[in-house]
Amino acid sequence: MNISVVGLNHKTAPVETRERLSIRADELTDTLCRLRNSPFINEGLILSTCNRVEVYIVSKETERGIDAVRQFLYRQPSDLHPKSQPLGISKEVLDPCLYTYTGGDAIRHLFRVASGLDSMVVGEPQILGQVQDAFEQARVHQSTGMLLNKTFEKALSVAKRVRTETKIAQRAVSISYAAVELAKKIFSELDQKTVLLIGAGEMAELAARHFITHKVSAMMIANRHYDHAVALARQFGSTPILMEDCVLGMTQSDIVLCSTGAPHYVIHYEDVLKVIAARQNRPIFLVDISVPRNIDPKINTLDNVFLYDIDDLQLCVETNLQARKEEALKAEAILSEEVERFTQWVKSLDVIPMIVALKDRAEAIRQMEVEKVVGRMGAITPRERELLDGLTTAVVNKLLHDPLTALKEETYSSNGNLMLEATRKLFRLDKK
Amino acid sequence: MNPLYSALLFYLVAATHSLASLWRSDAHRAISHMSRWHKITLLFTVVGFVFHTVVLLTKVGEADFVPFATLGEAVSFFSWALVLIFLVVELKYRVYVLGSFVLPLSFLSLLSSGTFSGGSGALGVTTGDVWPRVWLGLHTTLSLSGIVSFAIAAIAGAMYLLQEHFLKYKQFNTLYFQLPSLDLLDRWNKKAILFGFPLLTLGMIFGGLWARDFLESLWSYNNPKMAVAAVTWLFYLLVLHGRITVGWRAKQAAHLAMIGFIGAVLIFVTLT
Repeated sequence: MNISVVGLNHKTAPVETRERLSIRADELTDTLCRLRNSPFINEGLILSTCNRVEVYIVSKETERGIDAVRQFLYRQPSDLHPKSQPLGISKEVLDPCLYTYTGGDAIRHLFRVASGLDSMVVGEPQILGQVQDAFEQARVHQSTGMLLNKTFEKALSVAKRVRTETKIAQRAVSISYAAVELAKKIFSELDQKTVLLIGAGEMAELAARHFITHKVSAMMIANRHYDHAVALARQFGSTPILMEDCVLGMTQSDIVLCSTGAPHYVIHYEDVLKVIAARQNRPIFLVDISVPRNIDPKINTLDNVFLYDIDDLQLCVETNLQARKEEALKAEAILSEEVERFTQWVKSLDVIPMIVALKDRAEAIRQMEVEKVVGRMGAITPRERELLDGLTTAVVNKLLHDPLTALKEETYSSNGNLMLEATRKLFRLDKK
Repeated sequence: MNPLYSALLFYLVAATHSLASLWRSDAHRAISHMSRWHKITLLFTVVGFVFHTVVLLTKVGEADFVPFATLGEAVSFFSWALVLIFLVVELKYRVYVLGSFVLPLSFLSLLSSGTFSGGSGALGVTTGDVWPRVWLGLHTTLSLSGIVSFAIAAIAGAMYLLQEHFLKYKQFNTLYFQLPSLDLLDRWNKKAILFGFPLLTLGMIFGGLWARDFLESLWSYNNPKMAVAAVTWLFYLLVLHGRITVGWRAKQAAHLAMIGFIGAVLIFVTLT
């Protein structure tokens, strides 16, 4: 039994190919059935996200199993381009995009995927949920068996370990979320804080949503068109205010998100001077996500004012990404340790039954042959029978001694799987 | 093994260790997750603290239960209380970076305490009446506790100014990630002064009672320590008043806490 994975991801395949292969939730039942129909696939699982399509299988004959998956992928029907390519995707197009890992490498790959190390944004948290879902679906459809179940359970627990023991998933990597993170460095708790959203730029709106999920106590929305403000305020469950009342609104707000289309400053130095006095020096966090900028940069020289423009937020994100990369190195070390331990276990699953099977088979042959000879010889004394048994047993044991020793020793080495498979084929252990 | 030297040694290791953690990119891990690095700092601090407690208890015993009457002992107590507060804050807030600020200060003050070995007669401890000795004991302990609180306020202020600088000039370095939020630092600053002020006030009242009994006057004009203490006390009164009414908070409050602590240090210096 050997685990393999065949798949493609954002690094190996363009979006045109990925979307051709991606499997919708409602198609999954059929697809899993189709996969399991192959005689060379004992267990199967499909992981399909927007950045990757991967098929995990367990097969007795690794090469044939992998080939079956490839065939399966070529024939994956697509309703995106039903007319142009009704019969799936050509080998020439798909092959260069596909990667294949077997044994320990396949396990390592899965662990890396689940931990977010293989993701476009390293450490992104969604992938863990997606792996969990794919596993759940496969289990519901009974397409996995003991080995894939154990492997995926392990992958999920390893991913959680990576998350708690490294900072890989900490720190914001999007501009809108970076604003929330910075606000927490100023205010610690956001639940007593008020946000003022000026303008309706997309990024500011996104940031506003993040602040709402962090349970800010209130939000005000100002817009050049009051009705826009009213509409957006209704959506957010917040208060619309007039653009003229912005400065007044700022005196009550701790966080100001500004993103208007105005080609000039909307918030001036003098305004903020007044605001600071009215706020009795309570710190205020100004986020200017507009280009051209809407908040006079000179304002940052004022005490207790923290002004961030889009470049500052970008810098913050880049610092965090760099930190995530450093953490990824630590995560890889954890993975190596876990992969090592798990592959040992997987191999032990194979080698012990194989040794038993090999011995049984040899013993069966020996007994059969002895019986044949005894039949032909007619009556023999117990002493002769004993000698015959002794001779044949000695021959069998001597013959098997070296292969069995090699099996025990080599199983845990890098080509252990090859050894197991070769043994199985050489002695025809599958055919009882 | 001399307990004082042991305490110094353990503090030295803890202080250097926690200072070094400022340059470690992973030392700050998750705020709730204590790394092995921090455990080492904490272990050395706790062992040092135990030795230090032994030193102080012995001194108090030797001084016939009038504690911290000499400058050396006072500084030693100051160092001990700082470590105590650090340990409490560690357990409560898990802001490990505080150690990088507090532990070096504790170590240096304990180290310097050895150089001020004036006789215990410095404050004129008499063997006569029991009340002056009680006043004196309360005076020293309470005033010192007040000063320790002000030291914490000053440290919180220094941390605030650093973090404020990082946030203002967009320096997202290791220390930035390790320091807590401005809001929390400002609250520490306020709490520490609110806690320290009544202690200093009581300490000064008992000082006055002792002076009445021992020097036979509540106030002496040519005593620089009294003048410095009075000025410091007035300063903190003003700071508290400003905080509550005018809104002296955030950066101003951080500066004020640091200036006030200079006064507190002067009280020490004039303790001769």
